[in-house]
Amino acid sequence: MSLANNFYNLIFKRNSVYVPVVFASAFAFGIGFDLGTTAFWDSWNKGKQWKDIRHNYVQQEE
Amino acid sequence: MASKATTARTLLRSSAWSTSSRTAAPSFKQSFGARFASTQSSTAPASSVFTSGATLAAATGLTVGSIAWYTHLYGELPLIGGVSASSLADNGLHPAEHPWSHKGVLDSFDHASIRRGYQVYREVCAACHSLDRIAWRNLVGVSHAVDEVKEMAAEVEYEDGPNDQGEMFQRPGKLSDYMPKPYPNEEAARAGNAGALPPDLSLIVKARHGAADYVYSLLTGYIDPPAGVTVREGLNYNPYFPGGAIAMARVLFDGLVEYPDGTPATTSQMAKDVTTFLHWAAEPEHDERKKIGLQALIIFGSLLTLSLYTKRFKWTPLKTRKIVYVPPKDAH
Repeated sequence: MSLANNFYNLIFKRNSVYVPVVFASAFAFGIGFDLGTTAFWDSWNKGKQWKDIRHNYVQQEE
Repeated sequence: MASKATTARTLLRSSAWSTSSRTAAPSFKQSFGARFASTQSSTAPASSVFTSGATLAAATGLTVGSIAWYTHLYGELPLIGGVSASSLADNGLHPAEHPWSHKGVLDSFDHASIRRGYQVYREVCAACHSLDRIAWRNLVGVSHAVDEVKEMAAEVEYEDGPNDQGEMFQRPGKLSDYMPKPYPNEEAARAGNAGALPPDLSLIVKARHGAADYVYSLLTGYIDPPAGVTVREGLNYNPYFPGGAIAMARVLFDGLVEYPDGTPATTSQMAKDVTTFLHWAAEPEHDERKKIGLQALIIFGSLLTLSLYTKRFKWTPLKTRKIVYVPPKDAH
């Protein structure tokens, strides 16, 4: 119960806290989800995408 | 619970509601508990408009009539298919399904194959086939680095203008230019190919039944015509091509091109690479589409689970309630 109480007091009590928390967590989730699915996609398609074979064709990189 | 319900039934007959309960009595005997007692309807009358023979005949007539009318109008019913006298010789041999490396729902194109396929297109196919909808810039970051593409584009002369003298002039190609055409117009293309027009290859994978499997089978499927089949002079026999006689001759032979990455340039390897390249040309959004599809499935799947849980949660009190009838104590 104290956890729920802490949660309430910390986040839900004031709208001025609640709304920024919603926005910030949506932003963080968006980035995290994209990073996670991209990591999975890249490992699933390892060696097939352009970024995996680019180093064969572009040598000098200053 | 059950005993309570039985008591309720027996008592109801002698209660003050006996007049109204008389009509409902037969269904009460069949009901399983008091839960439905209040909502149970009385038995339907023996004959209604839904059970009459005339209704059955009318519905049957309507069904048969609409099917007949539809068949007359459109030739065959949807989703059922019809019987026709078509043959493989007329419609082309059905191409076998091939294990493309980008076949699965999560599989991207093999970009090394796209690069080799571009080489095959440029050295072989581009002699006759245009690729109108692909610009040089489309290759950047897909099969070639930007400097490579700039060099390749600069090797081709494009007409531009007019300049300040009002004259058209030639200039080397830029990234924004589209792939050069082998023929200036359709008539020239026909004239150069004995009357047959080499189709533009930008969307060929989307534009043919069997898609990539068809293109691959066609490129590798050239054989001598079987006994009894004669092919007109200038045409070639290919069982995958509808009609069997195709103006394009077999072009891919082992060792026709030399791959810089050391891949052996067999006929099937070149056909696979150029088909992958053409598949990319037809669906450049392919990789991104599949990746976004994965993300969308995860998000929408989670939202669906969440909403189903919320529905169950909210409906729990209604779904688990019990209505109990407590009989009056002073029944006589």
